[in-house]
Amino acid sequence: MESAVDNIIIIAIGGLGGLGLIMAIILYFIANKFKVFEDPKIDEVEEALPSANCGGCGFPGCRAYAEAAVNSEKEHGNINGLNCPVGGNDVGQELGRILGLEVEDQDPMIAVVRCNGSPTNSPKKVNYEGATSCAFAHALYAGEGGCMYSCLGLGDCVDACDFDAIHMNPDTGLPVVNDKCTACGACVTACPRDIIELRKRGPKDKRIFVSCINQEKGAPAKKNCSVACIGCAKCDKVCNFDAITITSFLAYIDFEKCTLCRKCVEVCPTSAIHEVNFKPRKPRPEKPKVTTSVSDNSQNTVPSMESGKVKPDKSVIAKGIEIIETKE
Amino acid sequence: MGILRTFALGGIHPDENKLSSNAAIEEIPVPKQAIVPLGQNLGAPSKPIVKKGDDVKVGQLIAEAGGFISTNIHSPVSGKVFKIDNSMDASGFRRPCIIINVDGDEWDESVDTTKDLISDINIESKEIIERIKNAGIVGMGGATFPTYVKLMPPPGKTAEYLIINGVECEPYLTSDHRMMLEKGREIVIGIKILMKALNVNKAFIGIENNKPDAISHMRELVRENDDIQVQPLKVQYPQGGEKQLIKASVNREVPSGKLPIEVGCVVQNVGTAFAVYEAVQKNKPLIERVVTVTGKAVKKPSNFRVRIGTPINVLIEAAEGLPDNTGKIINGGPMMGKSITSLDMPVVKGTSGILLLEKEESSRKVEGPCIRCSKCTYVCPMGLEPFLISKAAKLGNFELAENESIMDCIECGSCQYGCPAAIPLVDYLRLGKIKVGQIMRSRKN
Repeated sequence: MESAVDNIIIIAIGGLGGLGLIMAIILYFIANKFKVFEDPKIDEVEEALPSANCGGCGFPGCRAYAEAAVNSEKEHGNINGLNCPVGGNDVGQELGRILGLEVEDQDPMIAVVRCNGSPTNSPKKVNYEGATSCAFAHALYAGEGGCMYSCLGLGDCVDACDFDAIHMNPDTGLPVVNDKCTACGACVTACPRDIIELRKRGPKDKRIFVSCINQEKGAPAKKNCSVACIGCAKCDKVCNFDAITITSFLAYIDFEKCTLCRKCVEVCPTSAIHEVNFKPRKPRPEKPKVTTSVSDNSQNTVPSMESGKVKPDKSVIAKGIEIIETKE
Repeated sequence: MGILRTFALGGIHPDENKLSSNAAIEEIPVPKQAIVPLGQNLGAPSKPIVKKGDDVKVGQLIAEAGGFISTNIHSPVSGKVFKIDNSMDASGFRRPCIIINVDGDEWDESVDTTKDLISDINIESKEIIERIKNAGIVGMGGATFPTYVKLMPPPGKTAEYLIINGVECEPYLTSDHRMMLEKGREIVIGIKILMKALNVNKAFIGIENNKPDAISHMRELVRENDDIQVQPLKVQYPQGGEKQLIKASVNREVPSGKLPIEVGCVVQNVGTAFAVYEAVQKNKPLIERVVTVTGKAVKKPSNFRVRIGTPINVLIEAAEGLPDNTGKIINGGPMMGKSITSLDMPVVKGTSGILLLEKEESSRKVEGPCIRCSKCTYVCPMGLEPFLISKAAKLGNFELAENESIMDCIECGSCQYGCPAAIPLVDYLRLGKIKVGQIMRSRKN
């Protein structure tokens, strides 16, 4: 009895083991026959990438980008034009090290919303109650404020963002981009009105841009929105660096040429040009006449409201009032 | 009378509310300023051939067709061209328009302004089509597809039937109904002209059974013509859709993605037949149309014959003013019309009605979750699954939407009408159609 059981076990182990061995040999030959050579660098490059799979580079996912980068290195000896906006320059340098290349640093970019048509600036004329989709609303009507270039405020850009970097401001109804932005460009493609643009982040995140894309003549543009670009070309005249172009009643600031001098911001009659992350301006030297009259009170810290260039800053004014009171 | 014919799949029967069906067509005085948009037809916009300061007469050509699917535009008024500039269209977008300051009402000499009925058709098919093309006639039902293109079947295809659309299935609208009652003779001659142009021997006039006066009147007029038959139809929305009307009147089914000519049919609206009569027999281009101004709160629901380019507020004034509790103004009928954002927009070739809805009836209900009750699928006249396709479009799965034949959707709104969860199905279907259309075009290139 016992020997019969032993035999069955031995036969089973031997039979299956033999079968497994034969299969392994067959698989070994097949694997050799159909072996696909893949550059080990691709894996290394993929490892170095941020694995966001956002498509910001123009390729479907990080793996595809890694393949493209390695191929480009093989064919052209460089990876120009292939940059990972999410990884930025750190990843760029890392790729250079893996592929043995000198990689030039790219200027970091950020998405910029070029519309300031909040209900305060562009009062509502109609109420929209359709589907929550900018693409649909764009095909249906011009916009609640009447401007046919304005942000529709339904959040296609927010839905498109994989990085939690763009949110709707419930007060203004406009999207706001935060520091998490990786410039992948998903919101740029999602916006049916091309309001969002990728611009240079700028030194210390300082940026100047025209926050309007209205290409209509001044009068109809201003009728619908108080902060619209009216194409008056004042900024173009004041710019010493040829950075501003006016096409179809709309100013555009070339961020490559702009030196962030802020002259255009001052002259813009509709405050359509925005400056971001600048320190508050120093009070302008007051006009001679005004200075003489004010200097008696020695209130040089109070900016003159007559100049019109300085926005009223409540804290400063309050301070000024305080001084007057203590003097008395 | 037996069982009335209708289309096979789906359909709904909303409240008819034909408030203005007894109001005879009234002429509205020529406005002080006419705004004539250059894009009044489906397809390419027209190109202006007049300049600022030019004097124009009624019926004078002011813009030429800007492509194959495009039409001529004629001046609806006489006066001076004030400017060629952007002005607001129905959706609030500012698009190029010719703005004419009216001075008197002087007609172009070539137009026959007498009221005589000319019933002899003594020109050949080619010339008929040429005249229709020159007169700038488009489909008057609202889709504004250039009529002459429909009259030229592509090579290898022949038309067997001409189907005249007198269905007017949209609630509230009555312009076609009044046209049939008041301009029946002209319409019948227009039908004969269209039959000659298409070289067909049989025409059907489809009229829904809720217009018995129009049915008996048209029957009376075509009594001596064996080749024109009035076809009463069961009241069912959206019977006025081309594909539904063909199914209802000749029991043929247009294949998915194909045109009616595929099954040997050409569909024209009664308004178009009237415009064809005027263009061919009177040499009068398309410069005016009948517009219904209606709504439950409107004091005098009416049908007006207005010049193209008349601002909407003139029409509303003529209907004794804007009611206080107006919540929405719709260009077209309540099912397929779009709400307008400004009263300054002009009447265009495709404006069939202006509907003023009260605040209570105009606002949408709060959207709830889909409970898969499949009411939308039951009523879809194209046999689609609106809940599935609209969800696919909403979530960006355009591949699924395309495979589920989203492009067959005629945007009739039957699905959304009956949805117990008040889901804006048509909104997402339209969104999906825009996106899938873009994808299909980019695939072709």
